[in-house]
Amino acid sequence: MSLRIVVCVKYVPDATGDRHFAEDLTTDRDAVDGLLSELDEYAVEQALQISEASDDAEITVVTVGPEEANKDGLRKALSMGADKGVHVVDDALHGSDVMGTSLVLAKAVEHVGYDLVVCGMASTDGTMGVLPALLAERLGVPQVTLLSEVAVADGQVTGRRDGDTATERLAASLPAVVSVTDQSGEARYPSFKGIMAAKKKPVEELQLSDLGIEADLVGLGGAWTAVDSADARPARTAGTIVKDEGEGGKQLAAFLAERKFI
Amino acid sequence: MTSPRPGGLGNAHRLPEEYEQLRRTVEEFAHDLVAPKIGEFYENHEFPYEIVREMGRMGLFGLPFPEEYGGMGGDYFALCLVLEELARVDSSVAITLEAGVSLGAMPIFRFGTEEQKREWLPRMCAGEVLGAFGLTEPECGSDAGGTRTTARLDEATDEWVINGSKCFITNSGTDITALVTVTAVTGRKPDGRPEISAIIVPSGTPGFTVAAPYSKVGWNASDTRELSFADVRVPAANLVGEAGRGYAQFLRILDEGRIAIAALATGLAQGCVDQSVSYANTRKAFGKPIGANQAIQFKIADMEMRAHTSRLTWRDAASRLVAGEPFKKEAALAKLYSSEIAVTNAREATQVHGGYGFMNEYPVARFWRDSKILEIGEGTSEVQRMLIARELGVPSN
Ligand SMILES: Cc1cc2nc3c(=O)[nH]c(=O)nc-3n(C[C@H](O)[C@H](O)[C@H](O)COP(=O)(O)OP(=O)(O)OC[C@H]3O[C@@H](n4cnc5c(N)ncnc54)[C@H](O)[C@@H]3O)c2cc1C
Repeated sequence: MSLRIVVCVKYVPDATGDRHFAEDLTTDRDAVDGLLSELDEYAVEQALQISEASDDAEITVVTVGPEEANKDGLRKALSMGADKGVHVVDDALHGSDVMGTSLVLAKAVEHVGYDLVVCGMASTDGTMGVLPALLAERLGVPQVTLLSEVAVADGQVTGRRDGDTATERLAASLPAVVSVTDQSGEARYPSFKGIMAAKKKPVEELQLSDLGIEADLVGLGGAWTAVDSADARPARTAGTIVKDEGEGGKQLAAFLAERKFI
Repeated sequence: MTSPRPGGLGNAHRLPEEYEQLRRTVEEFAHDLVAPKIGEFYENHEFPYEIVREMGRMGLFGLPFPEEYGGMGGDYFALCLVLEELARVDSSVAITLEAGVSLGAMPIFRFGTEEQKREWLPRMCAGEVLGAFGLTEPECGSDAGGTRTTARLDEATDEWVINGSKCFITNSGTDITALVTVTAVTGRKPDGRPEISAIIVPSGTPGFTVAAPYSKVGWNASDTRELSFADVRVPAANLVGEAGRGYAQFLRILDEGRIAIAALATGLAQGCVDQSVSYANTRKAFGKPIGANQAIQFKIADMEMRAHTSRLTWRDAASRLVAGEPFKKEAALAKLYSSEIAVTNAREATQVHGGYGFMNEYPVARFWRDSKILEIGEGTSEVQRMLIARELGVPSN
């Protein structure tokens, strides 16, 4: 039977754009272009490599996000080589936090059917990094997170996690959830053939009701966290200039020591 | 990451969605992979193999070719779009792709036998090998019909015997160069004019020597060599197309190539805008950003105007080409206009950068050095003007 890989990807505001909050203190999505989270490109790449190494695999990319998440997010993953997409889009999702998103993703992943779920290490906007763990808990399957190397063989997923003090080799039986880091290998650029092919790949659109999720469990209302206020970060100050009049080195060292850099 | 495009893409919103995605993919590639590395290759006059390999993986060398030959099933417009994006960041990389596709692979695709296509195109489309096109000779460039290289058919062995030399040939001496298609005189027509044919000479054929790279003003990360042929023997089957059709064939190849050069020149012109906008915002003089001066603003506005117009000329010519309409005049016009404004923009962008613009580590210095060749290669500005006048029905001599 074919290996069913599901990659969870997020459509995020372009970090090089002028991002800010809307009146309800959620990200103002209309103000800046969005794209596939860069960190999720690594997840797509690893899924593609696992699929290429296996005789028979199918990759489904799943996203929970606004209307544009299909064209500007899912399509990129499909043009890189994933086989099909699932897009959960529902007005009630606006303002969901990671609890809500992980609930919806879990239902969507179950809806697709899976042997292996691959996630990025974090999103480039929220940067929580806990979603893969929450997802595994909700699915009730093993989790192997923050891998810099990953492979599948004989009903097992194995991988390497590089920590500050140790390198771990980990394994889990399938089905399982993994997350991969930005050290797992550069993501491929889509080819024109891939871009053309992606146009014809199926993307299933689902609403909350299709997944049997009550609207009050998600969105701003269902969020476990609330943002009370948000202020733009003050513009950067000019910094300190150390003039070298013989004591430059010492001054520099003192400056760094004061800030506990050395 | 997408890079900000201060200059805008002109009529980008009219691009079909998949072309826009291709453009963005290559913009990202040029920004993330080419920009940080190309300066060093350029400075060391080194061919950027690792960048070319990556371009091959992305399928850029196969863009306008059908999938059955390993291509991407795109078209010439898609190729030009990619060339513009690459040249916004660097021209050596762009010309390597341009020459590889439009001079190396295209003659074989358009005029080659089925066998030649099967033998060469898949690897060329993958960017694993490069082909070159040798037309120019030390004694003749614009007057390409004046070819002195000869090829005689040795009927005893069924081989062409080639003698002569070619100069300024792009992609002809890299480690991955597989062949050069050369034009040679293969006989005389009844009216006494030379009969010119195109023949494939694989790299490494005995008697075929490739000289050391030229020391060039620009395009320093692109490979350009002089070639010589001393009793070089290749199978008769290496003829590309019909004997005696070589001249007509390369005219077609050059017509198309002009659109590609126009797109490349547009990219350089746009790169000048990109760099100038960013510099005008950060460089301060007399207590304010230099961009606050009208003299700088107007320079940049004029640069953008030229880049934008230039983009319209190549897109017009390329649209005609892919629609199967006549495009000769429009291609010449696009090549003439965009190469001349590329030189102007490079000069103005350097001016905006002041002394730093004269330092090789600044991209605009590279743009300046890379711009002049655009008025010369694949038909000089004079040749383009002659062509346009001829197309208009002005008497030719
Ligand atoms: C970096 C580089 C890469 C190149 N790559 C290739 C390649 O891959 N393959 C290839 O075949 N060639 C290549 N070329 C050659 C290029 O196409 C020629 O240099 C160009 O066509 C001009 O020919 P020429 O140098 O012989 O100049 P000439 O033809 O000698 O021209 C000299 C001057 O006289 C003018 N002139 C000539 N005839 C006329 C006329 N009838 N009326 C008015 N003015 C005229 C020209 O416009 C020019 O200003 C390359 C050149 C360079 C510099």
